Amino acid sequence: MSSPIDQAKNAEKFLADTVHEQRLDKLLWAMRMRRDAAARLVPEWEELRTLASEIKEHALSHLSDYLTQFEAKATANGVIVHWARDAHEHNQIVYDLLAEQGADTLVKSKSMLTEECELRPFLERRGIRVTETDLGERIQQLDDQPPGHIVGPAIHKTTKDVALLFSQKYGSDPNNEDVAYLAGVMRENTRPDFLKARAGMTGANFLVAETGAIVVATNEGNADLSANTPELHICSVGIEKIIPTMESLAVFIRLLARSATGDTITQYTSTFRGPRKGAAMHVILVDNGRSARLGMNRFWHSLKCIRCAACMNTCPVYRRSGGLSYGSTYMGPIGIIMMPTFEIRKYSELPFSSTLNGSCTNVCPVKIDIHEQIYGWREVMEENDQIQVVKKEAMRVADEVLSHPTLYHIATTTLSPALEVLPHFAVYNRLNAWGKHRDVPEPARGTFHEWYRNHRPNRNEVER
Amino acid sequence: MQVALMVPCYIDTFYPHVGIATLELLERLGVDVVYPEEQTCCGQPMANSGCYEEARATEEHYARVFSSFDCVVTPSGSCTHHIRNKFSAGSDSPEKQNLVRNTYDLVEFLHDVLKVREFPWATFEHKVALHTSCSAIRGLNMASMSERVHDPVFSKPKALLSGVPGIELVEFERVDECCGFGGTFAVTEEAVSAKMGFDKLAFMQKASPDCIVSSDMSCLMHLQGCARRQKQDIPFYHLAEVLNGVSL
Amino acid sequence: MSPTLALSRNKILDSVRANQRAAQPMPTIPHFHTNQPSDLVTAFRESIARMAGVVVTEDVPDLDSFLRATFPGAKVICSAIPEYAGTIKPASFNHWAEASAIDVCILRSPMGVAETGSVLLSDLELHVNTVAFLAHDLVVLLDPKQIVANIHDAYEHPHFKLRPYSVLMTGPSGSGDIGGIVVHPAQAAKTLTVILAPAPDARQRTA
Repeated sequence: MSSPIDQAKNAEKFLADTVHEQRLDKLLWAMRMRRDAAARLVPEWEELRTLASEIKEHALSHLSDYLTQFEAKATANGVIVHWARDAHEHNQIVYDLLAEQGADTLVKSKSMLTEECELRPFLERRGIRVTETDLGERIQQLDDQPPGHIVGPAIHKTTKDVALLFSQKYGSDPNNEDVAYLAGVMRENTRPDFLKARAGMTGANFLVAETGAIVVATNEGNADLSANTPELHICSVGIEKIIPTMESLAVFIRLLARSATGDTITQYTSTFRGPRKGAAMHVILVDNGRSARLGMNRFWHSLKCIRCAACMNTCPVYRRSGGLSYGSTYMGPIGIIMMPTFEIRKYSELPFSSTLNGSCTNVCPVKIDIHEQIYGWREVMEENDQIQVVKKEAMRVADEVLSHPTLYHIATTTLSPALEVLPHFAVYNRLNAWGKHRDVPEPARGTFHEWYRNHRPNRNEVER
Repeated sequence: MQVALMVPCYIDTFYPHVGIATLELLERLGVDVVYPEEQTCCGQPMANSGCYEEARATEEHYARVFSSFDCVVTPSGSCTHHIRNKFSAGSDSPEKQNLVRNTYDLVEFLHDVLKVREFPWATFEHKVALHTSCSAIRGLNMASMSERVHDPVFSKPKALLSGVPGIELVEFERVDECCGFGGTFAVTEEAVSAKMGFDKLAFMQKASPDCIVSSDMSCLMHLQGCARRQKQDIPFYHLAEVLNGVSL
Repeated sequence: MSPTLALSRNKILDSVRANQRAAQPMPTIPHFHTNQPSDLVTAFRESIARMAGVVVTEDVPDLDSFLRATFPGAKVICSAIPEYAGTIKPASFNHWAEASAIDVCILRSPMGVAETGSVLLSDLELHVNTVAFLAHDLVVLLDPKQIVANIHDAYEHPHFKLRPYSVLMTGPSGSGDIGGIVVHPAQAAKTLTVILAPAPDARQRTA
C-alpha cells in the first residue's frame, strides 16, 4: 500500500522557491479580485448562485432520467453515445474509435476528465500521438508535468519558464519572454496539427438534456478547431455535467467565466448538437465513481462543480502551495473533497491541507459547501482509520487530560509542562513543529484559574 | 441574568490577562459573572482534526459544566463557533440545545445582547490593525465577508472598538484573508501557516499600525509568534483588553 | 448497441438510480430584465471592447474597399454573405482544413448580446464551420436591432435547438495561460471586427 500524498511537505518545497510562490499568490489573488469586480456588476449575483445550485441539485436528483433523455436526443441528432463505467473503459473506447478511423494522431482540447482517466499515456503506449492544444495543457505536456490548476494548467510557470521550455521544444528564442511572441510560437506549431489530424477530442462543460447538446467554453478557439477540423469529433464528459435545458444553461454561462477570470464570458462558448455533414460525432458519458459519489450523504454536492477554479484562486493555502503539491488531478479546495472518493488512502491527508476558513464556499458559483465537506472528510478519515496512529494517540491523550479538571490543572499550573500540552501533543512529531518558523508563546506566570482563585475568592461555583 | 465566563484553555494557560480583562470588562458593565472552576476546554482542537471520538470526553465534561447556565460568554470566536456549530457530544439533548443557544462570543454578547457601544473608562490613542478571525466572520457572522460583494458592509468588533476614545482603525489589504492559524493546521502544515502569518503581518504593517488587535487570541498567538520570529516587537492585544482600558 | 456498451450503460444507470437523491424541484428562472441597460448598442460596444473586439458603427457602403483597406495584405477573402463575392465562398472548400487558406472571412451574425459583447454564429451562417476559426481575421456584420440584452435572451435563439453547431463568439481568440497575462491572439482569429449594419434580407432574421 502506498503512503498518502504529503501535501504539506510538497507545499514547503514550493514555498522555498520564493519567486514562484510570491508570483502565484499575487496572480491568483488578482484573479479573485477580478471575480469580485465582475460579481459586483451583476446585482442578481447571489440569486444566480442560488439558481445554479438548485438547478444542479434538481438535475442530480433526476440524473438517470436526464441522461437517458440526453442519449435519446443526441442519438436522434446523429451523435453516437457511449457509456464508460471507469477510466479504463473510457480509454479503450477512445482508442477503438481512433483505430477504426485509422487515426494515429489526435488533437485535443482541455478536459480534466481525460486527465482523471490518464488517457494520454494510455494512447501514447498504443502508438497514438496526442497534441494538447490548450496552451496551458500543451506547456505542461511539453514539460512532462500534470496540470497545476484546472483553468490555467501552467499558471505556476513564469514567462521565463515558458520561454525556456519553448526554446527547448520548439527552437524559439529563449530570451524572448514576450507573451504575444510565445503565444505566436504555440500558434505556429499547433496549427499544422489541427490541419493534419484525423480525429479531434474535446471535453464538455455541460451536457444539455433537452437538446442532446454538449457545451464547451474556451478562450483560445482550440476546442472548436479540434472539433470542427478533423472528420471525427470525440467528446468525453462526466455524467454529472448534465443540466436540463438551454434556459438553465444561461445561468451557468453567466456565472462561469466571471467566477474563473472575471470576464463576462469566454471567447468561444460553443454548442455541439450533431455532427457536420460527412463527419462523425461521438459522446462518451463517463461514470468513474460519480454515481457512487451521488450516494454519499455529506459529499454528493461536490458533483455540482462546474470547474471554474474560483475556490483555488481564493484559497490562501493553494496560493502558497501550488497546485502540483496536491499530487492529484483536481487540486485546492474542490480537489480535497473530490479526490478521497477516488482513492481514500492516497488522499487521506488532503482534508488537513486547509484552515477551514470558508472563503471557497463563498465564491463557489454553485454553492458547494466546500469547507464543511473538508471538515466532514476529516471525520471520515477518523472513521476509516486513515488518521495516522501517532496523531490519533496524541489526540486521545489530549482528550484524557482535557476531560479531567485535576489532570488539566496539574498540566497547566506547572510552568514549562504547559508548553508540552498545548499546542503540541508531544507524541506526534509534526505537532512539535510550531517553533520551526515561529516563536513559541511564553508561558504565563500563573493561569487565569489561579488568578481567579486568588482575586475572586468569594465567587464560588454556583451549585446546580 | 447570570453569565458564566468560559476561558479557553490556551488563554487560561498563556494569556490569562485576556481572561482577566474579559472578567473585569463584564463586571464594569454590571454583569453578574461567575467562573465555573471545573472548566477545561471545549474540545475544538481534537474535533477540528477529525478526531471527534477523541473530543467526546472533553465535550461531555464541557457540557456538564456549562449546559445549565442561561448565558455563557467566552472571548473566543473559534470556540464559540465550535460549540454552536460543531459540537458533537451527546445526542440532540436539551442540554446540548441549551449550550448551542446560550453560548456567546464576547463581541456578540457586548454588541447584540448588552448592546453597549461606549467605553468611557478607556482611552486608546493609537492606530489599530483589527484582525477578525475566519470563525468569527464566516462561522458567527460577526462581520461581512469580502466575497459576498452585495452584502452590506459591517463589523461588530469595529463597531465596539470605535466606542473607545482616541482609537484609529487602519485599513489594510486582504482584510479577511485567513491569518494561517487554522487550529492543528498551524503545526501539521506549519510552513504554509507561517507564510500566511508573515504575509498577513506585511499587509498590516503597510498601514503603519501601533498595535494589532483581535477578538480571537488563537490568531494573535500565531501572528505574534510570526512577528517575534521576524524580530518585530509590535504589541498584540485582545479586543477585551482594549475595551477594558489597557494602555500601550 | 453492442452488448458491452449496453452492459456498461445499464450498470451506470442502475448505479445512478440506486444512489440518486430525493427529488428536488427545478426552480423558475427569471430573465433579469430589470437590470438590463437601456442602450443595448452602447452596452454591446463596451462589452466587446473589453474582449479586444472592434466595432464599426459608421456606414460601410463598399465592403470590398473596407476589407482591402483594413487588411491590405489579404489575398484570400472568404465571403459567407450573399451580397459580397469576396475571392472565395465557403462552398468551395472540400475539407474543413482547407479553410486555413483564408486571410479574412466575412460573415453575418443573426444576433448580438449586449451583456457580453458576443455574436452568434452557426453552421447556417458559416456553411463550413472552420471558416470562423482557421481564417486569420474575421469581420462580422450585425444588425443592431438584433442585439439582445443578456445571455438569458440569447439562449432563446432557435439556432440552439435547431443547428448542429452554434457558437457565441466574443472578440478574437485569446489566452491568459502564460504567466496569467492575457494576450491576443491565441489559436483562432487574430482580430474580430463587427460592422453594425442592418440585415439586407428579412429571411436572415428567422433562420
